[in-house]
Amino acid sequence: MIKIGERINGMFQDIGAAIKERDAKVIQDWAVKQAEAGADYLDVNTGPAAADRVKAMEWLVEVIQDVTDVPLCLDCTNYDAIEAGLKLCKKPAIINSTPAELAKMERVFGMAKDYGAMVIGLAMNEEGIPKDADSRTALAMELVAYADSVGFPIEDLLIDPLILPVNVAQDHGPEVLETIRQVKLLSSPPPKTNLGLSNVSQKAMHRSLIDRTYLVMALACGLDAAIMNVMDKDLMDALATARILLNQDIYADSYLKA
Amino acid sequence: MAVEILKDRYGSKVGTLTIGKGPAEGGTRTSVITVGGEGTLPAYHFEGELPHRPVIAMEITDVAPNWNPALLETLGDVGSTAAWAKRCVEEFGADMLYLSLIGADPEGADRPISSCVETVKEVLAEVGVPLAIVGCGDEEKDNELMQAVAEATAGENLLLGVAEQENYKTLTAACIVHGHSIIAKSPIDINMCKQLNILITEMNLPPERICIDPTTAALGYGLEYSYSIIERARLGALQGDKMLSMPMIAAVGHEAWRTKEANASAEEFPGWGMQEMRGVLWEAVTAAALLQAGAHILVVRHPRSVELLRNHIDQLMVSNAY
Repeated sequence: MIKIGERINGMFQDIGAAIKERDAKVIQDWAVKQAEAGADYLDVNTGPAAADRVKAMEWLVEVIQDVTDVPLCLDCTNYDAIEAGLKLCKKPAIINSTPAELAKMERVFGMAKDYGAMVIGLAMNEEGIPKDADSRTALAMELVAYADSVGFPIEDLLIDPLILPVNVAQDHGPEVLETIRQVKLLSSPPPKTNLGLSNVSQKAMHRSLIDRTYLVMALACGLDAAIMNVMDKDLMDALATARILLNQDIYADSYLKA
Repeated sequence: MAVEILKDRYGSKVGTLTIGKGPAEGGTRTSVITVGGEGTLPAYHFEGELPHRPVIAMEITDVAPNWNPALLETLGDVGSTAAWAKRCVEEFGADMLYLSLIGADPEGADRPISSCVETVKEVLAEVGVPLAIVGCGDEEKDNELMQAVAEATAGENLLLGVAEQENYKTLTAACIVHGHSIIAKSPIDINMCKQLNILITEMNLPPERICIDPTTAALGYGLEYSYSIIERARLGALQGDKMLSMPMIAAVGHEAWRTKEANASAEEFPGWGMQEMRGVLWEAVTAAALLQAGAHILVVRHPRSVELLRNHIDQLMVSNAY
């Protein structure tokens, strides 16, 4: 599974402050820590507060690449900032993200093709996030159809069905799982699927337990990627165990250390 | 209508292993071997990169071995290990040598460790190719022996064996201290194979200094099990399992030349054909199958097998990319 480390996000206070003060060390510490913990990609989000998001993204990409060669997942609603980041990325990145809205898809898939990036496509549009699996899958199909129409490789598209916090939108949990299953049937090869995992436990108690339980359930439905807290050892262990039980990795007594 | 070629895309690659060090890096080898690094299944040039050729190692021993007489006759005088080694390289064209220190066996010749180390040094002085060196199979003696071998050949980056799940710490430590790579052997068991690699890596020997010996079974004696394990590990490596991604060594000669089919005389089984050629074919066919499963280092005994395999590898390395 593609593990995308979530921590370099301006929404976290220390990262927000570091971006503001251009304190590279805070960013780099998190980059190295997450890479060592097993992140396959590092999410990079300037946060909404950054004064100039283009400059902030450029700075983040540069300081992170100075300390690690783990590829990046550029996460911003400002597409100029994403494009500025893509220009600096030494390895193919992931663009996070586009909804199923024509103008945004045009811009994002265009950039993705220019820079060889993968794309996270959100199962939402101008009307917001759907309530049920069928509507989510319909939006996923729009993303797949658009990607296909512009010759974008479908296996480089990550459909994110958008999980909402369990304490406010409990009924979305099973709908998202069902979406993950249905998305796999949309095309051959199918798109990949992704979750912003920590969202499920936002402001809840027992966050780690909720995260890892939901991750295991989603893996059983065929989940390919997650933006997640790779520093959570219990979560990473649950992931490794689920992969063994799904016969995706070979068992060894010390598999947790592999 | 154009035929669409199905191509798999893998996210990862088989690891690489380098054996030997030249004078520029503090060793004495005149040739260095690198195997592995494939981004696809064996010989699938059309699908991915196969940067390094599989290699052929010839097995030699420190005391004259009790091998099939016809094989021994072809090999010439095996009384001097160094001279035998030289013939393997210069006459028979071995890429590297696999020295079994069988003479150390307490149940056999019980040679003192210092004599075994002497033999190793003589071979190193006589040939420039990289060496794999393995003990006699007696755990206690081997631990002491291989430590001494590792120390005496420090900095040469040889391939030392064999580490097994019940006995890997001493050899791993010796390889770390003296700059060698290790053969990690598991009994045709993918789970134990992975486990041993994890254990060795946990001791801080890097994965690129481990060579998997999945245990070879000869044609007719379980070859298909070895094949499956090698293939499974290869797929694991391509899918990103770092603890199954190390290159593999197959001790083919040892197994093939133990079979009845390789040794029975033509008088005994007239319908089976000439004994020596039969042995060669048993060895070469076993090796060819494992090569196609994904083995990287093939250890054989007969010069004719070396020739057949070299030819086979040549053909497999011709690109079929389109």
